[in-house]
Amino acid sequence: MLDIFLNYYPVLFKGLAVTVLITIISCFSGTVFGVFLSLGKIYGNKLVSNLVTAFIAVIRGTPLLVQLFIIYYGLPAYGVNFSPITAAVISFIINSGAYQAEYLRGSIQSVSSGQLKAALSIGMTKWQGIFHIILPQALRRVIPAWTNEFIYMIKYSSLAYVIGAKELMTEAKLIASRNYQFFNVYLVTALIYLVVIIIFVYFFNRFEKKVAIPGFDFER
Amino acid sequence: MPTSHLLKIEDLHHSFGKEEVLKGISFSLDKGETKVIVGPSGTGKSTILNNIIRLVPPKRGKIYLEDVEITSTKKINEIRQQIGFVFQDFGLFNHLTAKGNVMIGLTKVKKMDKKEAEELAMFELDRVGLKDFADSYPSQLSGGQAQRVGIARALAMQPKLILFDEPTSSLDPELTGEVLRVMKSLAEEGMTMLVVTHEMGFARSVADELIFMEGGNIVEQGDPEKLFNNPEHKRTKEFLFQLVDLYGEGEE
Repeated sequence: MLDIFLNYYPVLFKGLAVTVLITIISCFSGTVFGVFLSLGKIYGNKLVSNLVTAFIAVIRGTPLLVQLFIIYYGLPAYGVNFSPITAAVISFIINSGAYQAEYLRGSIQSVSSGQLKAALSIGMTKWQGIFHIILPQALRRVIPAWTNEFIYMIKYSSLAYVIGAKELMTEAKLIASRNYQFFNVYLVTALIYLVVIIIFVYFFNRFEKKVAIPGFDFER
Repeated sequence: MPTSHLLKIEDLHHSFGKEEVLKGISFSLDKGETKVIVGPSGTGKSTILNNIIRLVPPKRGKIYLEDVEITSTKKINEIRQQIGFVFQDFGLFNHLTAKGNVMIGLTKVKKMDKKEAEELAMFELDRVGLKDFADSYPSQLSGGQAQRVGIARALAMQPKLILFDEPTSSLDPELTGEVLRVMKSLAEEGMTMLVVTHEMGFARSVADELIFMEGGNIVEQGDPEKLFNNPEHKRTKEFLFQLVDLYGEGEE
């Protein structure tokens, strides 16, 4: 096992770098997208709210792999071509955005309505209240769910290997198909995922504590 | 219709669903005056305050702030900057320190320079006796301190008047005292205040006028001592003495 790691770590780490890059871009962009979706759903007018609801229903109701195939294999028929990594990132942003919108909706609605009322009372507009008062609290509360989404995304980014994006799983599969040591190669790959996720979770938990509101919540 | 009052309310009506909670309320408030509204729960006292700054838009009637009709104005945000509001549950922004709570309206709404806003915030916190708690978060403050921050936040906007919606109803007697003392000193400094409260001691010692409401109507209004000692309606006397039984005469 160790020899597998020693022999192949440059390739595996190259794949890992792609995995982490895809995940970070998708997850953070997904957050921005998710913020807009959730705000549209909660505070938008009826049309916006319904459109967002429908969009989220479609994205959450269909497999990620299908979405990935539509973007990578389906869109070229209409003249839109993406590289495997770009196609993966686009579909992950859309998918993650839809899920994160729902996490955020929960945390936005958990912020007391009195907070917005108080914001209005000092002369803020509704959107000032949302951006300066509601979101700063809701975003703090969404960190645990967001961490979960990030972990999920690191692993689900391996789906990109199906369209040939050279991420960690793709590299692992290539190595194994050459040396036939499937068990060891995939075990090493699994360990790499595990270690990376533990490291990320450690930092996200520290961040969560760092931004916690003193005496309010998240204190353990 | 022009008036010479700071705040004038004309024939205010409000209903929640089919239930009519305000059935035509009219009164006015002059600069420097403190008026106290009392009455049983569910008579629409808080609704009046919420109607004034349109946190709950009134169904019918007119409200004027210095001759400007504010029930239908599109610039309600500007009106709200001129009318402070103190909430029963404090309504402090949980993610901001005491100072941050007082500052945010200055920086984000009044677009004041940060340093200037900080100075004003510290001045107002000092005014309510909380200079040493500027960096505390709301959940680290006692109820009385939190409510005083709420008052400082309203004061910092330099409003023309402040509305108090049962500011001491969620406080124990000791904490109630510290909040009422701040309110009393504001009244003495000439702040215009409209207060919904059950604190009869405060009403008797501070209010220029007591408004007794029941069932969505004003039953009687006038000098607090007159309402206590020589009310025109039997119901006024009954209710006021009930409050005194419950809450005591309060401190002078």
